[in-house]
Amino acid sequence: MERRDYIGIGVLLAMVIAVPFLVDNPYYLGVLVFTALNCLTCIGLSLLMGYAGQISLGHAAFIALGAYSSALLTTLAGWSPWAAMGAGAVISAVVAVIVGVPSLRLKGHYLAMATLGFSAIVHIVAIAAVDITGGPQGIGGIPYLSFGDLVLDTDIRFYYFSWAVVIIGLILALNLIHSRMGRGLRAIHGSEDAACAAGVHTALYKIQIFIISAVYASISGSLYASYATYIDPGPFDVMHSVLLVTMVAVGGMHRLWGAVIGAVLLSLLPEILSSFSGYFQMIGLDYSQDYDILIYGGILLAIMLFLPEGLFSGGRSLFRYLYQKFSPAEEEG
Amino acid sequence: MAQYPLLRISGLRKVFGGVIAVDDLDFDADTGSITALIGPNGAGKTTVFNMITGFLPPTDGEILFVERKIEKLPSHRVARMGVARTFQHVQVFSQMSVLENVMVGRHTRSKTGLFLSLLTPPFWRPEERRIEEKAREWLSFVGMEGIADRPAGSLPLGNQRMLEVARALAAEPKLLLLDEPASGLNARETLAMGELIGRIREMGITVLLVEHDMELVMEISDQVVVVNFGRRIAAGTPAEVQLDPDVIAAYLGE
Repeated sequence: MERRDYIGIGVLLAMVIAVPFLVDNPYYLGVLVFTALNCLTCIGLSLLMGYAGQISLGHAAFIALGAYSSALLTTLAGWSPWAAMGAGAVISAVVAVIVGVPSLRLKGHYLAMATLGFSAIVHIVAIAAVDITGGPQGIGGIPYLSFGDLVLDTDIRFYYFSWAVVIIGLILALNLIHSRMGRGLRAIHGSEDAACAAGVHTALYKIQIFIISAVYASISGSLYASYATYIDPGPFDVMHSVLLVTMVAVGGMHRLWGAVIGAVLLSLLPEILSSFSGYFQMIGLDYSQDYDILIYGGILLAIMLFLPEGLFSGGRSLFRYLYQKFSPAEEEG
Repeated sequence: MAQYPLLRISGLRKVFGGVIAVDDLDFDADTGSITALIGPNGAGKTTVFNMITGFLPPTDGEILFVERKIEKLPSHRVARMGVARTFQHVQVFSQMSVLENVMVGRHTRSKTGLFLSLLTPPFWRPEERRIEEKAREWLSFVGMEGIADRPAGSLPLGNQRMLEVARALAAEPKLLLLDEPASGLNARETLAMGELIGRIREMGITVLLVEHDMELVMEISDQVVVVNFGRRIAAGTPAEVQLDPDVIAAYLGE
């Protein structure tokens, strides 16, 4: 990790601690918990997209694997939620190997295809295997996570816990990219031939990163299950996978911080939009959630056209440009 | 038991569709020697390099390196056995710093895996410090320690070629393949490159190079292998090869 990263983590930590003093409405705290869960998934996805150069259109399915593992193992088998979360992570890692190995041995975007198919299968199974998953009815009564006597049963407790997990996940991911392996991955971006000639095992690294990102998604799913205490197949459809990819791309996929920023902005966006719904009515539009998808699409399009490096890097370049243009030292006659 | 050379190429063949790029090529490279592979453009020299380093599978033939067949191994395995290379068209990691480029070269000499990378920050990893120390040593070996923090993509071509050599050397290879190391360099830089290759040999590293600068080749090589249309037409010391009628014919286009 570099010094900038420590500063970033310090700022993030301060914001996480400060926000509940400004927001005490449980609904908004809930929104911030979901934001944290998206952040966690997006950090993993950013490792895959930005560093291994692969796209997954099935991360919602890994979230589902984590969520359903937690739900089923706690309610049916009586496992502790922690053990169930671990089991979900292991299951996701194994599935990632099965889905990833055949497609990542090939060059090109086969992983996107494989994960898209996998995502559809998981969603259908969640809906159709009524005896196990409860079908569209879902599974309720999932126990809360707890540390001894401290049960994470309130929004504020879960809020702190989920953001702590995000920060830990971010630190681990930053460690990874500033390691021998991360250097190898960045080298692949520079020149795959030269990286191979230097002994970088391209295919193995891509698979390992895919596994890590699947585990991040799975843990996010397990956290979701024990926070909401009820799950159904609804949130785990392919559209959610696409939304996650959008978050990473909007923030800037070559920077982990970009994923954090993209996830936060796009998770909060629906709330911001719905608070503006009054204005929409004033201009004769009946705002409904259906417009969200239109707005996401527009944002993605605009980012890809004007800030292909994402908001994080793009914003930085913009800031530098403005600074150079308007800095007093450069002003001459 | 007969003493094997470090590298033995026998009956090597590569066919692309209907084109025979390399045809039944044989040569040895002895430990500690400098062997030059020369020939007109399109003679198949780079294809030979690509087969030795595992980028291309040969159609037929054998490549023995330290008495092991390596022609079916993928490139990262060949690299781990101690073969490093540079490229005809410079391939530096342009977004990374000069130092980081050389640190990637230490890949086969380090082993921190996935879990350790995740769980420990870089400053807790003694290996990471060793990688950086070694990388700096190799940078000063090629005389580039002063520009370690520059982005590699911003360097002039001469420096990028030197950087590629430093990255390859950082792996401390047994065999170093240099693909046209002097191409695009001016006279002074070519001289420096020749001097560098000499120092590399003194360290006991075997060098195999493809080069068009005949003055450089004749000065530094122990053995010259001349190929034309993928076939070996001559091999021997620089003096022998220069007098060979087939070589003169190939070069003067008779």
